[in-house]
Amino acid sequence: MELVDVKQVQEVINQFANQDVYIHLETTNGAYASHNDQSFFSAGAYIRNALVRYEIGKITGFGPYRVGLKINLGWVYAEGITHFEVDSQGRLLMAGHGFDGKLAVALEISKTPFE
Amino acid sequence: MINKERHVLVVFPHPDDEAFGVSGTIATHVKNGTPVTYACLTLGEMGRNLGNPPFTTRENLPNIRREELKEAARVLGIQDLRMLGYRDKTVEFEDDEKLANRIYEIIEEVNPSLIITFYPGYAVHPDHDAAGAAVIRAVEKLPPAARPALHCVAFSNDCVEALGEADVINDISAVSSQKLAAIKAHRSQTEAMIQTMEESLKNQDPQVLARVNFERFWTYKW
Repeated sequence: MELVDVKQVQEVINQFANQDVYIHLETTNGAYASHNDQSFFSAGAYIRNALVRYEIGKITGFGPYRVGLKINLGWVYAEGITHFEVDSQGRLLMAGHGFDGKLAVALEISKTPFE
Repeated sequence: MINKERHVLVVFPHPDDEAFGVSGTIATHVKNGTPVTYACLTLGEMGRNLGNPPFTTRENLPNIRREELKEAARVLGIQDLRMLGYRDKTVEFEDDEKLANRIYEIIEEVNPSLIITFYPGYAVHPDHDAAGAAVIRAVEKLPPAARPALHCVAFSNDCVEALGEADVINDISAVSSQKLAAIKAHRSQTEAMIQTMEESLKNQDPQVLARVNFERFWTYKW
């Protein structure tokens, strides 16, 4: 993955607009957060292969970045994006990697379902 | 003292779950000539250690971890490694009965005299607890006299309070280099800590030595 290049990411986001796409969206503190620090309130969520269609998608901020997709009946949103890659299958993989080297958030867009 | 077993079945949800607490015991059984089957439920697809800068992507991580798991099995001498194809963080949401039946089929097939898994309720990660619970449900289907021994790994903050001290403590110092190799095989997950660990071992840090050389289990209480 590379550090986010806003212009490049925006172009890829645009290419996926107005068609059916599959989304992977994830955010997490890790399963051990509350075990290692009992005062820490751990939360996380993920959705894999949500089938959506968006009319507008934007990457904003000064880094880490935010990405919002305006979908037919609502929104998809991710905060903390630092890195991106268009993989060999043409999927846009975006992720936020923390100072501790751990993934904190991921938002991925694909024309075909994630396996 | 690690007894000679007929067959050992190890059931964990993630590649590397075996590395820190069990790999020395596995290597010892292999050395004793005991066949070992390792059923690993997921490929740790949702692992968070991707580095910064990241060395891989969320989507490619399972490919890396599959190879790491094979390598760990190789250095431990495990002949029968099975990847069951569940997905990381979802084990507890699978159909309980189906999951137990999947484990039961493996038990029927390999007829283990000892099963090693997580102690349900005392293993911190929901997948750990769910994997352990599935094993218990599977073994429960057998009449009590036909049940294999069940050695469980527990490490929740309250495990000693609730379960007492571990009743099975295996000294694995004779195979500690194999254990370190297994830990190293899971490079994507362990690289950050392995250096500190090796340094502590070189300096004979008693706490780290004890952690590496002694593997602790709780016999499951029915």
